[in-house]
Amino acid sequence: MSIQFHKETFRGDYSFHNSERAIKRFPFPFDKDSYMYAVNMEQHRGGPADSIYEKRFDVDEHYISEMDDRAMVLADDPLRCQSLPHMTLAGWDLLELIMVSKSEDYPDLFELHRNGDQWRWINKPLGIDDSFTFMDETTLPYGPMEYITRQTQGDFCVLDQRDDNLWMDAGMVTTQADWSLDFDIGMNFFEWHAPVPLAHEKGIFVRALKFLLNIQQGAPARRLNWTMTVNPLLDTSPENYHKWGIQKTTLTPENIAAKQHLRVELQTFFRLPRSNALVFPIRCYLCAFQDLMTVPKWGRRLHRVIRDLPVELATYKGFIDNRPMMLDYLSQFDDGQPTSLGIWPDLDTEPPLKSA
Amino acid sequence: MSGAEKIAVRVTDITPLNELVTRFRFEPVNGGLLPTFSGGAHTVVEMRDGDITRMNPYSLMSDPFDRSAYTISVRRDDEGRGGSKFMHTRVKVGDEMIVSNPVNLFSLDLRAKKHLMIAGGIGITPFLAQIKQLDRAHGNWELHYACRSEALGSYVDYLTTTHPNDVSVYYDDQGQAIDLDSLLDGQPLGTHIYVCGPKGMIEWVRGKAAEMGWPREAVHYEEFLAPQPGKPFEVKLAISNKVIQVGEQESLLEAIERAGVDAPYLCRGGACGQCETNVVQAEGEILHRDHWLEDDEKASDTKIMPCVSRFEGKTLVLDR
Ligand code: HEM
Ligand code: FES
Repeated sequence: MSIQFHKETFRGDYSFHNSERAIKRFPFPFDKDSYMYAVNMEQHRGGPADSIYEKRFDVDEHYISEMDDRAMVLADDPLRCQSLPHMTLAGWDLLELIMVSKSEDYPDLFELHRNGDQWRWINKPLGIDDSFTFMDETTLPYGPMEYITRQTQGDFCVLDQRDDNLWMDAGMVTTQADWSLDFDIGMNFFEWHAPVPLAHEKGIFVRALKFLLNIQQGAPARRLNWTMTVNPLLDTSPENYHKWGIQKTTLTPENIAAKQHLRVELQTFFRLPRSNALVFPIRCYLCAFQDLMTVPKWGRRLHRVIRDLPVELATYKGFIDNRPMMLDYLSQFDDGQPTSLGIWPDLDTEPPLKSA
Repeated sequence: MSGAEKIAVRVTDITPLNELVTRFRFEPVNGGLLPTFSGGAHTVVEMRDGDITRMNPYSLMSDPFDRSAYTISVRRDDEGRGGSKFMHTRVKVGDEMIVSNPVNLFSLDLRAKKHLMIAGGIGITPFLAQIKQLDRAHGNWELHYACRSEALGSYVDYLTTTHPNDVSVYYDDQGQAIDLDSLLDGQPLGTHIYVCGPKGMIEWVRGKAAEMGWPREAVHYEEFLAPQPGKPFEVKLAISNKVIQVGEQESLLEAIERAGVDAPYLCRGGACGQCETNVVQAEGEILHRDHWLEDDEKASDTKIMPCVSRFEGKTLVLDR
């Protein structure tokens, strides 16, 4: 199916919006009526047709506008993209992974023609047609990681694997949930996760790292993570907290339905072949509360999850102050009926909202 | 399914190198390309021997960027359980076999200013791939290679002709030995050491480096253990509620798999940690043979690595 790309903004007038198709395929992150951190990882080998799990790198209606937003962030702050010198080989691995995946998964949008080291890459949505020599940096306008991630939705952490740990030695991070690549660069798995509450005590990071160190070529994995964002902002970085932090105080009972967004990250993990590094794409999906409420199951469940979420998590995720207002709004969509297991909308089988 | 992804390959060349070592070349059955890999990676080769399936890890020695074929070199081990003997005596050109996607537990540290490689015997194989990778990136490396004798010096000729200034060879039977003290002493800052060979050599190099104050993370080593045969024993699998017999010539992991229980693994050589299994009860002695568990974990007998370790005694119950 051909994608209708939106022309929209994630700043200023916030013209970002989801089509009905995008709402239906939104990665609602709760598979039951409560939430706690867990080692929630599964294989990344496709998924239901047209779901965000189907392709290795999902391309959707926001593609072009997200790439425009990334270019603006980088123009203001080049340190959002960094790669330590030993990570260039991993950058080529990543470029190859994305070009091969996208050209196979979306042949109408992307083409890759390879003749030995001579490669030609055609990106139709962005109007790019570049020929270059694989593994020769001088033939590309940017380093290989920066080149390909300026053309791919989501943030990217490229982790060097050594000494039984992962090291954040390269990345492209412009759509993050309040953490900073410039701060975390060179850190290991435990160091960059230090601010997360409760999960260390539960042994989650020790087990998660063990899993990640063993991720093999050709066997990628994935998980979902989530937070809350007021206004459809992609760039909620600590660097720009002064710009977006105050927007959280503009939420009112009148505007919450449109302004408050559930922010979900599809996180995937791929082993890179030549460098033995691991790449961690973090793809951000935003959905306004009012759009989520069009799915009765999600309305019921979101209310219950937010109501029962431990204070530590609501605080860490930055919405503890707005939680009462959220609950006032969400409770209208919870009629107390049971919900089906799993994240899917189940529109055909779940009952409509009973009016009070 | 456990283990890395599988690839169907055909044996397209078998070259005996000397009395003990033979090289095998695998090409994909479907004619396509194999995954690229990084120097130091291994593949797990499946050997179907009647109703027994053995899976042994072998380092990939071909050029990591050459996707047309993988090559491995297998040293015959007459005392072992027959995996290497099977490769030497039963595998023929044209046979179809299953190998795993490459897995790297012995990767280069690409931050190193210099890579100092120390090989013993068949431990040369991962370095052959690493050297090809480093040469392409103009990396700085040096190899010290100890062999029993000239006759058993696999790839010595190739190495000394292609890299005369970077390779030093030592023959045991001529009384030659690596002068480790002065070798380690003379290295520039930012050098990383890589050692692959017999257990004694690995311990010698690691011990000496530690003594001389090398940081632990600058010393890399790989030793695959072939599972050793041993006395048969009985195991109870608590989760799957099965009692299984482990034969003299099979590993505990193989016996678990034979019973139809899916158990995790990657290297099958006691190195990766993937097969770690909790021990529910052990009345007897666990023969720990892996490189994974810490000494205190081994002593407490609460964990076992079924790919290489065995048991002697009355009762063993595993959480599997
Ligand atoms: C190598 C891949 C990974 C990278 C690069 C990564 C990176 C990060 C970063 C930068 C943060 C923000 C920390 C902060 O507040 O500054 C974070 C949060 C977190 N990470 Fe990871 N992570 C990875 C894998 C995982 C895995 C496998 C798990 C599995 C359980 C996990 C669980 C979490 C959790 C629970 C949080 C808190 C998120 C929240 O509540 O919003 N991470 N991660
Ligand atoms: S399978 Fe790797 S340690 Fe057992």
